Amino acid sequence: MSLFPANSGPTVRAVHDEFHGDLLEVSMGPQHPSTHGVFRMVVTLDGEQIVKLKPVFGYLHRNHEKIAENTSYLSSMPYTDRLDYLCSMTTNWAYALAVEKLSGQAVPDRAQYLRIIMAELTRLVNHSCLVGFLFNDLGTSFTPLLYAFREREKILDLFESLSGSRMMCNYQRFGGCRVDPSPEWLAAASALVDNFPRFLDEYETMLTGNEILLARTQGVGRLAAAHAINAGITGPVLRASGVDYDLRKVDGTGFYPRFEFRVPLGAHGDTYDRYMMRILEMRESVKILQQAFKTLPAGPIMDPKAKLRGFRPKAGEAYGRLESPKGELGFYLISDGSPNPWRYRVRPPSLINLTLLEEMCLGHTIADAVVILGSIDIVLGEVDR
Amino acid sequence: MENLEQIRDRLLARFPAAQVAIVVNPGSAAEHSLLLDPASAPEIARFLRDDPMLQLDYCSNVTGVDWPEKEITDIVKKSVPDPAGGPDKVVEEKTKRLQPGYLEAVYHLYSMARKHGSVILRLRTGNRSDLVTLPSLTPVWRSADFQEREIFDLYGIVFAGHPDLRRLLMWDEFKDHPMRKDYVAPDDFEWEPTPHGDVHERAKAHYPAPPPAASTPTPEAKP
Amino acid sequence: MSDTPAPPPFTPFPAAGNISDAEREDLRRHGILLTSLEELYGWGRSNSIWPLQFGLACCAIEMIAAATARFDIARFGAEIFRPSPRQADLMIVSGTVTKKMAPQVVRLWNQMPEPKYCIAMGACAISGGPFKQGYNVLKGIDRFIPVDIYIPGCPPRPEALLHGLTQLQEKIRAERVSGPQAARHLQPDAASEFPVPDYGAHDLQPPSNPALFTAPVLPRKA
Repeated sequence: MSLFPANSGPTVRAVHDEFHGDLLEVSMGPQHPSTHGVFRMVVTLDGEQIVKLKPVFGYLHRNHEKIAENTSYLSSMPYTDRLDYLCSMTTNWAYALAVEKLSGQAVPDRAQYLRIIMAELTRLVNHSCLVGFLFNDLGTSFTPLLYAFREREKILDLFESLSGSRMMCNYQRFGGCRVDPSPEWLAAASALVDNFPRFLDEYETMLTGNEILLARTQGVGRLAAAHAINAGITGPVLRASGVDYDLRKVDGTGFYPRFEFRVPLGAHGDTYDRYMMRILEMRESVKILQQAFKTLPAGPIMDPKAKLRGFRPKAGEAYGRLESPKGELGFYLISDGSPNPWRYRVRPPSLINLTLLEEMCLGHTIADAVVILGSIDIVLGEVDR
Repeated sequence: MENLEQIRDRLLARFPAAQVAIVVNPGSAAEHSLLLDPASAPEIARFLRDDPMLQLDYCSNVTGVDWPEKEITDIVKKSVPDPAGGPDKVVEEKTKRLQPGYLEAVYHLYSMARKHGSVILRLRTGNRSDLVTLPSLTPVWRSADFQEREIFDLYGIVFAGHPDLRRLLMWDEFKDHPMRKDYVAPDDFEWEPTPHGDVHERAKAHYPAPPPAASTPTPEAKP
Repeated sequence: MSDTPAPPPFTPFPAAGNISDAEREDLRRHGILLTSLEELYGWGRSNSIWPLQFGLACCAIEMIAAATARFDIARFGAEIFRPSPRQADLMIVSGTVTKKMAPQVVRLWNQMPEPKYCIAMGACAISGGPFKQGYNVLKGIDRFIPVDIYIPGCPPRPEALLHGLTQLQEKIRAERVSGPQAARHLQPDAASEFPVPDYGAHDLQPPSNPALFTAPVLPRKA
């Protein structure tokens, strides 16, 4: 314990490399405005070029898995809200999906529809905010984010009136959903979704053709499809590299096969494609939502046989996965027949999507590394758990 | 996709020296897994990735599981002839045996090319103290990179052949493996503003003992 | 303690004390603004708080939401989020402080110039919150740095953050510039920098700053 402890270290220091000669090592983060939270990267620079980049994790490691192994299945549900705190509805669903797989529970039709509605609304929130943050990283201080947050607030109002909380919805349950939305809620949500393409048009008019965006993102941070597959990269980042792998289509999660939508694919795997992927996915989400509001069936929202208190699945294991806005979000559960899971594991898409961050940033400048990181879309609650 | 028995039989035919066993999952998900012996795991993994019929090119989830030693009581019912000539007595014989503990690494494999899955691989260490080395599958699937580092950090499995095996989440000076079942967290619950549950129990150890009943009553005790 | 007579109540400007608030209000209506340097100083500082742009977890998103158009923290003069601690007056500890992060938070606090204030936003920053049982979670940032305002909630709504900010403004306005009750940063012996904990083999070393944090004594009921 001292005022200048050894572990803190300087943020910039000179290092020597046999191949490159004199280099500069810069520690970015954990407090840095463009690392999207407490992420840290140790970047080695040759002049302005990045020759090495080592991510450092764990600054938000809050022991979600250990806590979940010491508590009952249901009590972990609120913690899943706080994993990916921008998309709590999707993380809820992924966890409910894994537990339902573990215990073999059925989910009523209306609940399946509601889950898709919530997941796609969450995708709209996540992608529009991500684009805002990406532009923050590009240097347009705050303006696109203000537009994104304007739309986000509208959707959060819906979530709040339904579940009681803006961000931490805690909405899904094993075997269904917690609250049935009223017709007024559905009408309001449907109106919001119908108006959303207008926001997207406005957003795109402002951003997509922007010269700075094109100059800063096209050809930056290329990711080849073969590398991406081998590194387990999922979600829009993978699809920007042209790999057609969307769990909504591949696994047919929930009732997704009943909906008509396309999976947008990129061609270059650069930052610009990753940006476009988000915009196009939002348009597809709007399509899914419009179909869902039209065809939402009446009926119960909870499986009548579902048991929430004293829930003990029989011994066994299950891995449930879902296409979250960030990629494949999986929950791996091992039950030993007791009320607490023996093993509770979250497969965090944000963490695994960072595997190739170094390769994507090599040869670029620090300013580009910030943009590449922004286009990968990480949430530190999920990276470190 | 082939079923698990077919995959196992093909693996055994291709790698005669390998030991491959099916671990049955009794739950309703019925996702059975293949238990590999650590020595042949890398070549089997490479085969699974490159085999044109399987093409398991995507390793989604890598995780550790801790199975501590546990005492299992076997109950064997024996019928003992009654020396008095009556009917045989049924006597329950209880034998206790110690199941050795081990650490386990579980890999969930899928195929992006063929869009099928999942095949689950399991690797087990010899024990939980000194024989904790397993081969790393990061050279086969790069996606195992951070996840194996995390298992090394939280469970203490050493992955031989991992390119950069350091702690992922905890700091480097940290000595414990906190996800193990016998890990004891530091006792820093000195104070709990809204006491409840397990946290309250742990915080209570730091509270002073209640004053003797005969002395002045505490203000809270008054109605 | 009880032998010495109690000191007389402190009045910073005895001359100013002769005018009541009602009289001042009366003068103001006639176009005469009467104030003290102390009031002016507090008024100016309280309406131009520059927070550190420093997000830890979920609460950081609500902090950003408080800065956007709907809640608009700019109404309270606190919209200039500075990425550098050298330019910031206020540290909003927004989210779970892990033990791995705690030394960096203390370092940031030490790097901020006086006068500086700290808001613990959310249950995690106050006491560990829902993650209290975690082995890597610090059970409240007040174990290492002094906290001025606590905002409960998980996460607190942006309105709650704004309320906390106005509370802090009131606190700043009430600060005296001289005398024994002067603000903390004007007292020469008050600490401004705090020791940074080290990473230990099992826990932070030390787990809390004993000069700053002593666990409140709760009587244990039988």
